[in-house]
Amino acid sequence: MSRLQVVSGKGGTGKTTVAAALALALATEGKRTLLVEVEGRQGIAQLFETEALPYEERKIAVAPGGGEVYALAIDPELALLDYLQMFYKLGGAGRALKKLGAIDFATTIAPGLRDVLLTGKACEAVRRKDRSGRFAYDYVVMDAPPTGRVTRFLNVNDEVAGLAKIGPIHNQAQAVMRVLKSPETAVHLVTLLEEMPVQETADGISELRAAKLPVGRVIVNMVRPTVLDQAELEFARAVPRAAIARSLSGAGLGGARRGGLAERLVDPLLRQADEYAERFALEREQRGVLTELGLPLHELPLLAEGMDLAGLYELATELRQQGIS
Amino acid sequence: MNSDPASTHDDTACAPDAAHIPDMGSPRALNPVSVLEVDSLLDDPKTRIVVCCGSGGVGKTTTAAALGLRAAERGRKVVVLTIDPARRLAQSMGIDVLDNTPRRVKGIEDSGGGELHAMMLDMKRTFDEIVEAHADPERAAAILSNPFYQSLSAGFAGTQEYMAMEKLGQLRARDEWDLIVVDTPPSRSALDFLDAPKRLGSFLDGKLIRVLMAPAKVGGRAGMKFLNVGMSMMTGALGKLLGGQLLKDVQTFVAAMDTMFGGFRTRADATYKLLQAPGTAFLVVAAPERDALREAAYFVERLAAEDMPLAGLVLNRVHDSGAAQLSAERALAAAENLEEPRIVDQERGKAGLRNSPDPYDSSDSPSPEEAVSDGGSLTAANPDRNIEQLTAGLLRLHAERMRLLFREQRTRDRFTALHPEVAVAEVGALPGDVHDLTGLRNIGDRLAANRPELPEEYDTHA
Repeated sequence: MSRLQVVSGKGGTGKTTVAAALALALATEGKRTLLVEVEGRQGIAQLFETEALPYEERKIAVAPGGGEVYALAIDPELALLDYLQMFYKLGGAGRALKKLGAIDFATTIAPGLRDVLLTGKACEAVRRKDRSGRFAYDYVVMDAPPTGRVTRFLNVNDEVAGLAKIGPIHNQAQAVMRVLKSPETAVHLVTLLEEMPVQETADGISELRAAKLPVGRVIVNMVRPTVLDQAELEFARAVPRAAIARSLSGAGLGGARRGGLAERLVDPLLRQADEYAERFALEREQRGVLTELGLPLHELPLLAEGMDLAGLYELATELRQQGIS
Repeated sequence: MNSDPASTHDDTACAPDAAHIPDMGSPRALNPVSVLEVDSLLDDPKTRIVVCCGSGGVGKTTTAAALGLRAAERGRKVVVLTIDPARRLAQSMGIDVLDNTPRRVKGIEDSGGGELHAMMLDMKRTFDEIVEAHADPERAAAILSNPFYQSLSAGFAGTQEYMAMEKLGQLRARDEWDLIVVDTPPSRSALDFLDAPKRLGSFLDGKLIRVLMAPAKVGGRAGMKFLNVGMSMMTGALGKLLGGQLLKDVQTFVAAMDTMFGGFRTRADATYKLLQAPGTAFLVVAAPERDALREAAYFVERLAAEDMPLAGLVLNRVHDSGAAQLSAERALAAAENLEEPRIVDQERGKAGLRNSPDPYDSSDSPSPEEAVSDGGSLTAANPDRNIEQLTAGLLRLHAERMRLLFREQRTRDRFTALHPEVAVAEVGALPGDVHDLTGLRNIGDRLAANRPELPEEYDTHA
């Protein structure tokens, strides 16, 4: 089992939610996971219903069974100052650099440097050991940038390594890359059963593979329950409207005669069934596309009551039951 | 907005038939919000630029394309600038070839004299063109081959945003179109594209660059000792950090770009002013989900702070129901009522007539024995049974729809409570993806109708 679990996915597929659920799922008894955020959106704090996370590892949840989840929102500027402090003992000079715009330059403009800092911090957490030689975290789960940018984000160390041909950034990039391209890392992609996210997932996998980054699992999020199966949908098309009206009436929903309350429900209900049928067919098609990718496939249900903390634990339990931890 | 009074106000009439369960009714009818008049916005000759922004995955590109098509079919000469369209949508518009110039879209209804042009942004090409246009050939070649430039033009997190705004400025300057509709990049945060021009502009003529460019000049002046110390310390630190080669590349790059800095700053400012100009309308695009609307609220506040003209919110993928008078609770109760007899069947071997006072054709009903042997399958053996199962299924489907609808409504209400001044256009959810002009036209109709369900004549239900 890879110790660095990177979660990406198209925007709107719920990758932050899945990353958080995964961190909870992996924190089985006695285990400790670190959930890392790299895009400064404070999505983790919102999910766990806590105040904004500082640039500091702190415990945010106890998983079912007693494991612990820590969270960290990596701030590239602070990470760079940290780094300078660690390697160069810069002290107050760091502030001078900031004043001159050098930190801003390095973290926003200098190609790839920002990403090295972010991935570097995550890799440092992966490798960190306590005094007894035990890993500080059993797993690090990263809520990564979306599919369209994730390969570049993870692979940017290569880019930096090409640009900075020598020097500490170069060395750091090489070290980070060794972790990211090893079996210690797995990149998971979150998708929905819709055409664009599935297409983007397939493209993302090709890109990751081309960059020799280890692809992990595909997680289909927000899967809607099957309410009517294929046979029932076909039956719905064949059955006389009046029969449904009588059935509705029998269930206590008003008169079945033309213009009656039950009768007037038939058309809208059948229209909803038609929409459902169309979606059902599309979903089946997309599920087929995903199956052909040949990766472990997981499905998480759409939570009827919307996403909240309880829902997050539900998804974590679901992931455990599907054998992800 | 459900504007069909028949379907929204007859819920109380249901009560005599069943145990009274408080009905949710049609929540949409209860919360009027100010309505975004899409057609008047598109038709107004003073509207010259429409910017669609919002978080990822909410249908920005589709909305931009649908607005462009609608405006063109209503007689305007339109160009749509998309950032990263879905492949099939790009193909159907004929813009899947990246050549960084607008292409005329064929197949639109142009009897009103309108035209639709579309293009997909090529970020690197746009950057290269700026360099080529502002530097002499020798200098341009030096910049284009510099590794730092190559990385900056392809990879810098804000480059796409900057280039989108740059391209917008270029299209506007050509003055060939009545209306420019812009999609914005799927940014880390929706705010990035507003910040990018400034950030790149301020970087490119910032202190750091000047220090990197001309250390000798700065160092030579009296009274500049602090800066001198800062500079040498910093170039030293940067050199250590990045390696001498990269620093040299940066310095070369900066020196080569020297002549363009003023230009960059001016252009960034001009783009920013263009966005604030009266002919520009921002549309914040969102889906009725918590995160998307939170981003939308954030964006609305930010636009106000920057004096950017907000036209309204486009709320995509809103669900509605033609049977909104039937609440989720009542639908579920009725479904259970219908499904109960099946258990009775299996236990006691009786046909489930208990809850069917009006079976639709009792002469076709098989004997109770047949019903038992047939279990719950969907053959013709027991049509009553099957129909009741089907009806129960339809009711459960409806209950699910009503819950979704209610949740969306709550989410939207939270937004409108915070920003009652923002006009909203709701677009009904489609079961499938949109990847052709017909689909875009349909979205456009829904945008303008401003209600999730279309009038009957648009309905595809047979």
